[in-house]
Amino acid sequence: MTDSALIAKFAVRQGDDALVLGHRLSEWTSRSPFLEEDLALTNVALDFVGRARMFYQYAATLTGGDANEDTFAYTRDAREFSNLLICELPRGDFAFTICRQYLYDAFALPFMQALMKSSDQQLAAIAAKAEKETKYHVRRDTDWMLRLGDGTEESQGRMQKALDDLWGYTGELFDVDDVDRALIAEGIVPDVSLLRDQWLETVSDTIARANLELPQADWKAAGGRDGIHTESLGFLLAELQSVQRAYPGLKW
Amino acid sequence: MTDELQLYEVFIRSRRGLDHKHVGSLHADDPQQALEYARDVYTRRSEGVSIWVVASRDITASQESDCESFYDPLDDKPYRHASMYQMPEGVDSL
Repeated sequence: MTDSALIAKFAVRQGDDALVLGHRLSEWTSRSPFLEEDLALTNVALDFVGRARMFYQYAATLTGGDANEDTFAYTRDAREFSNLLICELPRGDFAFTICRQYLYDAFALPFMQALMKSSDQQLAAIAAKAEKETKYHVRRDTDWMLRLGDGTEESQGRMQKALDDLWGYTGELFDVDDVDRALIAEGIVPDVSLLRDQWLETVSDTIARANLELPQADWKAAGGRDGIHTESLGFLLAELQSVQRAYPGLKW
Repeated sequence: MTDELQLYEVFIRSRRGLDHKHVGSLHADDPQQALEYARDVYTRRSEGVSIWVVASRDITASQESDCESFYDPLDDKPYRHASMYQMPEGVDSL
């Protein structure tokens, strides 16, 4: 693959993570625990959808032809989506949503900071915008981790369960494949496998402060980057893409 | 996390404003969370560059019934207003 094809693939992967996670967050609209949190979660969802657009638009520029942000979002099937599995898991209860968000954002912060140094100007610019948002997301997530973990017996139990259920999906955040290796070698993308120690340190600290226990998962999910997904992604896409599937090419 | 969320009043200073203006209220568990929600609820369209939140219960407010003793005595003291003065030439606003 040429460099631009590799970068396009990387951008689509990042776009997929952001779109799928953003969609999961958007599912809370009007269903959050209370009004203020409803607006806050919706804001975060919009940050992610906005991030997806930036990555898709860049991927479309590199791909050329008829590709645009909408073709990436609306006309690919689950098998062609390359998001990490942790992003697609059903939203669960509020503790699960917050926990997933925290585990992902705690990774996204050092990741975007590293991507800001990319030799590719466009990727660096997208990362700079995402990094600002992520700082706020991490602050919010951490706050909720502490509130729920160090809260009532009920909230602590739910948060611990969420953490245990999610832990096996976090390994995939740090997986590196041939596409990554080629781009890492050229200084275009950071090596995510090197971010694990920092992530684990941050996450362990929060987990301890939140009165929760660090899970010891003996399994690790993988396959998202290759389009091997859990059954829930298909249902998510069915909803996300329903209008474009029913009326192909429809303009808003 | 307490069972009951507290009410907070939100004040925002806009980009070009000199003072914080009351914009509304919201519910939160503590002042820190109130600040974050104020950001999400009241500054979605870049309305401000600085936020204050104050627990509503900490505000001491005048009552409707105070009006008579507070404000009515001022009605017959027009000399406290500058409206009697002629504006000097060249002064646009006083």
